[in-house]
Amino acid sequence: MLDPAGEATRAAAARLGVDGVRRLRIGKAIELELDAADAASARSQLELLSDRLFANPVIEDWSLEMVDANGEQSA
Amino acid sequence: MSAARTIGIVVFPGSNCDRDVRWALEGCLGLATRFLWHEETDLGGLDAVVIPGGFSYGDYLRCGAIARFAPVLDAVRGFAAAGGPVLGICNGFQVLTEMGLLPGALTRNARLHFLCEPSPLEVHPGRSQWLRGYGEGESIVLPIAHGEGRFQCAPEELASLEANGQVVLRYAANPNGSVGDVAGLSNPAGNVLGLMPHPERACDPCTGGLDGRRLLASLLG
Repeated sequence: MLDPAGEATRAAAARLGVDGVRRLRIGKAIELELDAADAASARSQLELLSDRLFANPVIEDWSLEMVDANGEQSA
Repeated sequence: MSAARTIGIVVFPGSNCDRDVRWALEGCLGLATRFLWHEETDLGGLDAVVIPGGFSYGDYLRCGAIARFAPVLDAVRGFAAAGGPVLGICNGFQVLTEMGLLPGALTRNARLHFLCEPSPLEVHPGRSQWLRGYGEGESIVLPIAHGEGRFQCAPEELASLEANGQVVLRYAANPNGSVGDVAGLSNPAGNVLGLMPHPERACDPCTGGLDGRRLLASLLG
């Protein structure tokens, strides 16, 4: 899907002299802190938020990766 | 003409065309209106609801994404399901797609600019009760004023919208990269219309053209 802001930024990168940028997409980052009883409950609440609020599934894809406090991938 | 037709106009924090719509309906057409603050849920006595343009909730997250959870829109959803006429203009169209009352999504204009200009359009009224005052294929001009008006949906969705006659307004000179030149969509029943152009700004001779007047005059019954 066309990302006009990403394309404009890619064109600006070339004007800065960096010609090799083949692909540049601009998205958004959302930081949140969530209280939940356990990881399963956190996951289901995050899935609900991602599907119904943060992303519009018509134009955006999302996936969820859980990482524990040590940076290890978890359930 | 029935004497006491009253049209609800939804007002979110950040709406800015609510008063334009009121002027078009009351000042130009003699209808009564009632502003509906976003926390209201009582639509009793209303004959139609207009969701006007603007920047509801600052357009935070995505245009219309926060508005979708406003209490007034739960009531509007029920009103539309019961066959009540609902019109979403510009930000109101974005809200209708986020609510799922109309399909697809409105995204950043292809060339990034905020576009504020007269836009030539083709009308294909089909079953839209809002557009019954126009002829099939009629050319009109309405003002557009948006930064996020590029209609997007999957190709198979567009094909189904076309086949169902739901693409009721098309750009004659696509200004924003919308797929299928889509400027306005109807729901299958014909009582819900969403469009990016502003019919309420084309009702009063002092502000230019009058091509929007017949759209709102559909409310005169």
